[in-house]
Amino acid sequence: MTAHGHAEPTSFAFDDESNAAIETIVARYPAGKQASAVIPLLYIVQKQMKRMTDSAWVPRVGMDAVAARLGMAPIRVYEVATFYFMFNTKPIGRFHLQVCGTTPCWLRGSDAVLKACKDAGGLKGYGDTSADGNFTLSEVECLGGCVNAPILAVDDDYYEDLDYESTVKLIEALKRGERPAPGSVIGRQTSAPVGGPTTLLDVAGE
Amino acid sequence: MALSDKDRIFTNLYGVQHWGLEAARKRGNWDGTKDIVLKGRDWIIEEVKNSGLRGRGGAGFPTGMKWSFMPKQASDRPHYLVVNSDESEPGTCKDRDILRHDPHTLIEGCLIAGVAMGANAGYIYVRGEYYNEHLILQAAIDEAYAAGLIGRNACGTGFDFDLYVHRGAGAYICGEETALIESLEGKKGMPRLKPPFPAAVGLYGCPSTVNNVETIAVVPTILRRGAPWFAGFGRPRNSGTKIFCIQGHVNKPCNVEEEMSIPMRELIEKHAGGVRGGWDNLLAVIPGGSSTPMLPKSICDDVLMDFDALRDHKTGLGTAGVIVMDKSTDLIKAIARLSKFYKHESCGQCTPCREGMGWVGRMMDRMVEGRADVAEIDVLEQVTRQIEGHTICALADGGVWPVQGLIRHFRPMMEERIAAYKARSAGAAPVAMAAE
Repeated sequence: MTAHGHAEPTSFAFDDESNAAIETIVARYPAGKQASAVIPLLYIVQKQMKRMTDSAWVPRVGMDAVAARLGMAPIRVYEVATFYFMFNTKPIGRFHLQVCGTTPCWLRGSDAVLKACKDAGGLKGYGDTSADGNFTLSEVECLGGCVNAPILAVDDDYYEDLDYESTVKLIEALKRGERPAPGSVIGRQTSAPVGGPTTLLDVAGE
Repeated sequence: MALSDKDRIFTNLYGVQHWGLEAARKRGNWDGTKDIVLKGRDWIIEEVKNSGLRGRGGAGFPTGMKWSFMPKQASDRPHYLVVNSDESEPGTCKDRDILRHDPHTLIEGCLIAGVAMGANAGYIYVRGEYYNEHLILQAAIDEAYAAGLIGRNACGTGFDFDLYVHRGAGAYICGEETALIESLEGKKGMPRLKPPFPAAVGLYGCPSTVNNVETIAVVPTILRRGAPWFAGFGRPRNSGTKIFCIQGHVNKPCNVEEEMSIPMRELIEKHAGGVRGGWDNLLAVIPGGSSTPMLPKSICDDVLMDFDALRDHKTGLGTAGVIVMDKSTDLIKAIARLSKFYKHESCGQCTPCREGMGWVGRMMDRMVEGRADVAEIDVLEQVTRQIEGHTICALADGGVWPVQGLIRHFRPMMEERIAAYKARSAGAAPVAMAAE
């Protein structure tokens, strides 16, 4: 479909894995309120596209399949799919690099993270997909991990406390097919201060 | 007196221990829950009122009072508890730690809140980006079901309570309670006019109450240890303990649970290793997440971190996301980036917000360069006043407050920037006035 600037598939059908997940999801909502499942089902479409094509996105025929399954008018699903930022309405690269550029991350050096993504990922800027199809670069708004800023989200995983060098290292690892463990890249205990907590030194438990 | 570990509610804030049920029980979660539930709705609400707990999501509304708005008489319409875990206010990352490290505090709190509002079902709306966190929360809920703590005859009390996780998909506006409800119903996250308030007409048109994660998660401990224990922390009307997110130009950014009303300077120096380059290198602090106007160092020197003290300085405790900026910071750019955030996140429903956030953003971009006239600072200030209070929800208010804070405290910096630009571009065409 040239109007979209990319090729849209002509059909979409939920596979077995998706169908099983949908059953669990729809059961969470009261009878007659299955429209509540529209966001979860759009995620299902995006995930299935990733399985099928290695690109996590939601084609229009996928939105139609969600509408049919939930008994909604297709336009209601299109509205939702385009209102929320986490649905990719066109194909993306194998890895989705999402740089947080909001003030808390910017104060801690998100400009360097962006530069590292461009340099190591072969990306011209936000919205770009690398020639090798590995990476798509997006700017995202605050990811809600501000005490571990700056943050780069790769697909669903947060990599935290980054700088230029560690971001390059992460991207090089992704290129090699490795998936480093998410979290702080400087070995911090999650949101505790560097060097160890000042509190919770004397608590009950394990 | 600093808060001691024995008085901390989130004893696994950093995830040193396991999040699971067995470890959570050893930390004291789910202890005597049955007795609490059996004491009933009125007792729970009265205790929460007496504890002085105010909502931890930003607005600071008294929690017990909010719960008391739910209809007392049962009707054919079910009641719903809705937990707001959309945590998207820049500078805020406290609920994330509760979801991934201490989820059982939240789940137990949901059951108790359900009893207090006569709700047999609850939905926890988790922001879409917290993918790994939502998996842990779901696993913890599964554990609670399997142990009979929630579900049919929860904790053996005869009370039925179902709890579901619902993931959003990246929209700040869904942190606004009625937008959250719209989103949960499967629509675009566009806020509803109030009244009717959710307690009358909420999720699926039924009586509902939306509470923040931290608000719900502190309730079980309050009820176990008693309202006076919680009320004993902080100044009157500002009770309790609170998770602060200290970030920006500090030596050791971190989350920490501290006593309310702790002096800002003590909070930063004790837990976050102090301001980078020392306290005298401080320029300004945004005290409670991006929506709260910044404070210059002179106020930060002795201000207390609570609702009333910060309100007295025309800002707020908000979500307690403390964004520290040292003297190397381009404050105008820091605020311009926030303006861009609010423009991006406006749902577009109300004209003053849809058009205003873009206008303010463009003005702020010019202020960053200094490509403006000094008189335009007044125009900018005046326009923010015309946006504020003229929209369905508070997104636009939160979008203009940071700009107002900048002008209030750092107007000379903006004027200097303009003068420097003028000096650089002397002889060039005059700058067009703001009329875009």
